[in-house]
Amino acid sequence: MSVETLTAEQKPVAPRRSAARRLLKDPQALITGGLLLVIVVLGVFAPLLSGHGANDSSLDAVNAGAGTPGYPLGGDHSGRDIWARLLYSIRTSAVSAVVATTVALLVGVTFGLVGGYFSRRIRGITEWVFSLVMTFPGILLLIVLMPVTKGDVRVTMAIFGVLLSPSIYRLVRNLVVGVRNELYVDAARVSGLPVRRILRRHVLVVVRGPIIIATAFLMGSAIGVQAGLAFLGVGSSTVPSFGSMISDGFRNLYVDPWQFAWPALLLGFITASLVLLGNALRDALEGSRPKPVKIAAGPRQEPEAGESTGDLLTVRDLAIAYPTPSGELREVVSGVSLTVAASETVGVAGESGSGKTQTAFAVLGLLPAEAVVTKGSIRLHGRELLGLGERELRRVRGHSIAYVPQEPMSNLDPSFTVGAQLVEGVQASCGISRREAKERVLALLARVGIQDPERTFGCYPHEISGGMAQRVLIAGAVASEPELLIADEPTTALDVTVQAEILDLLRDLQRESGMAVLLVTHNFGVVADICDRVVVMRQGAVVETDTTLNVFRGPAHPYTRTLLESILDGSTVRTDPPVAATAGREQ
Amino acid sequence: MVAYIARRLATGLVLAVLVTLITFLLLSTSFDRVVAAVLGPAATPALIGPTKERMGLDRPVLVQYLDWLGHTVRGDFGTSYFTSEDVVHAVTGRLGVTLSIILIALVISVVVSVALGVLSAARGGVADRVAQGLSLVGHLVPGLLIAIGLVFALAINLQLLPATGYTPLAEDPGRWAATIAIPVIVLVVSGIANMTAQIRGSMIDELRKDYVRTLRSRGIPTRSIVYRHALRNAAGPALTVLSLEFLQMFGAALIIENVFALPGFGSYAFNASIQGDVPIIMGVTVFSVLMVVSLNLVADLVNGWLNPKARIH
Repeated sequence: MSVETLTAEQKPVAPRRSAARRLLKDPQALITGGLLLVIVVLGVFAPLLSGHGANDSSLDAVNAGAGTPGYPLGGDHSGRDIWARLLYSIRTSAVSAVVATTVALLVGVTFGLVGGYFSRRIRGITEWVFSLVMTFPGILLLIVLMPVTKGDVRVTMAIFGVLLSPSIYRLVRNLVVGVRNELYVDAARVSGLPVRRILRRHVLVVVRGPIIIATAFLMGSAIGVQAGLAFLGVGSSTVPSFGSMISDGFRNLYVDPWQFAWPALLLGFITASLVLLGNALRDALEGSRPKPVKIAAGPRQEPEAGESTGDLLTVRDLAIAYPTPSGELREVVSGVSLTVAASETVGVAGESGSGKTQTAFAVLGLLPAEAVVTKGSIRLHGRELLGLGERELRRVRGHSIAYVPQEPMSNLDPSFTVGAQLVEGVQASCGISRREAKERVLALLARVGIQDPERTFGCYPHEISGGMAQRVLIAGAVASEPELLIADEPTTALDVTVQAEILDLLRDLQRESGMAVLLVTHNFGVVADICDRVVVMRQGAVVETDTTLNVFRGPAHPYTRTLLESILDGSTVRTDPPVAATAGREQ
Repeated sequence: MVAYIARRLATGLVLAVLVTLITFLLLSTSFDRVVAAVLGPAATPALIGPTKERMGLDRPVLVQYLDWLGHTVRGDFGTSYFTSEDVVHAVTGRLGVTLSIILIALVISVVVSVALGVLSAARGGVADRVAQGLSLVGHLVPGLLIAIGLVFALAINLQLLPATGYTPLAEDPGRWAATIAIPVIVLVVSGIANMTAQIRGSMIDELRKDYVRTLRSRGIPTRSIVYRHALRNAAGPALTVLSLEFLQMFGAALIIENVFALPGFGSYAFNASIQGDVPIIMGVTVFSVLMVVSLNLVADLVNGWLNPKARIH
């Protein structure tokens, strides 16, 4: 199969059609689009709709009131027909919008494609050129160049288009840099497709949507700036324009406010419609806009009655759901039960998407704001955690439960030194002085195997390695001497050699302090390595729970067996054979 | 650090030279009209030639530019063709009026949009609806119309504020504040519209990041997470918008000054352009480019201070 047919299939026909359909169903898009269409049609048929030219003046019509025969909206201070001037001003605005937008798009898209697709050096040049363009003081330049443009709307707007182009350039460049490294573009390149063809067929498809959206906003600002300039008097007095009409009307405000109101209203309608249309386009083409991130505990839940088991952590029949775009709830965790006894290490194993991380977050009370716990109970020492307020949960998190994340780098705040972040955590949970907290943190850093704690303490996250960062995060987690440590794939993002060290560290810390560990992992090698018991999850439900030894010896569920088979072929994490795994294989 | 600033300033100077060169080349196409304007009604073809020669406008354009540049780097920006006013004196005087409006508007916009953007991102609900509504209104209505609407309502109908005119700060601080109040409000409306949306967006991005969850897992108070951690990380992108916003306000101020008959930079540049007063046009260009360059430098330095990865050692 050639690349050509491949790409033909990949063309996103369906989403495009559905975006158009969404747009047609959107009242905001329909109303604003319709309004703009009507206004443009009025401008196009101006000579038919009005008996006067834009500059025809008659002494009889000076400041004539609305409804004067032949002057539906009256006349202005020089006896020109306001209705005719409005219609012809639409033409000026439309020309301004088209000229400025066309120039901005031509310049911005061309250089954006070139700067984004080709080498770093070429990008360096285009970057420099556009930062030069951005240094031009926009409107001032248009005023300063009046002797050159002689106030011609088209020339002025063409220059304004160049001044607008950096925003388009940046938009396109970023999108192209993103898509450039996609596999299908790579494939096209390797198969020897000419660059021009790749850019047109593959890259332009990606940038099309954002450009359409940007066009609406560009037109709005071009029309606004043209009106502003004409208001100042930049431009020929014979060219009718909302700006000059507003200026005339402003001076005549006490005589007849409507001379000012008509052009102001029409200009307002046009720019507002363009902005609203742009917003509607954005919603249709890019999906919904980002929603606020509420930092708070989930919905309050009535604690279910249940006898306290002696365990440290008891999760019973937990279900978590997320709202879908259509408003229904989709369950990602359905009825999970598990227990962790004090000082016990329990593994939660399963593929990605099995709901194991969601379960862990629920125990920590750190589910995303849109998640809904539909039923169940999470008890720590018999105390119900679901339904606790953020303040109470914070006490639990600071004292009893701690968390070691998966991706070490993204879990450190890039703007603070490692030490500052850890000290803040220690202070929040223990309420000790800054100096004591610093000492504690230094001791912890040394304990988690960092060679030079003083130096690391003063480092920013980007200055340390991934393995170091994970040690730092472990130090941050055990700082509060928790009873339960929840580790979410703590070794997945690390180099193989570092993985083993981190597991050793976790095991040692667990033995020293006697804390319990709930270890979320997809890796049965890790389970075999340090877990006493294992909970196997699949599609949001628990399929098997047993001691690690039993699971390895004889997995009860076929799914567990598949998982085991995919792991136990010599590619375990450790170089020396894991104890439990060996035991499992020997029998 | 010093080397970095020196390098940035050097690039800035190169930019300034390029921008002024381009402006000068463009202006040179209309020197005949300039000469005619200087001569006024007395202009005859016979007089234009010698006058052009006397003003040095007949020489090759590049020579003229280099001549101008040579004087300018020595601090001599020349005098106006029409009023014989010293360019530096005239331009800085006008710039003060415009800059005071812009800076006051910028400070108010920043305070309001940071507060609104953060609340809207971290709380949602009413704050979010207010923020979204405000930024929509600011985008929907052109600043010119807001300006005239406010004059109509506050100055003409309610007689609360003077409609037009300017009183220097040194003369009467109260009247000064009253004369710039409406222009500042107009700029603040669009400033808030632009920056609130930006700050809300980058705060939402930050609050969704992994480190926020990890900080929460350590029992750190929400207040500290939002204001100390997320806001600090969101400040970088917001800062870029701030310097762009300054430029935008600068452009908008030029038009708005005209509505309120303020003796600012814009109206001055406008008159100079209509007359073809080349020394003043060039002076105006130099000052605005230098302003942009130093603003970008300050933005980069603050960004470096905020973002350890961009920090210059």
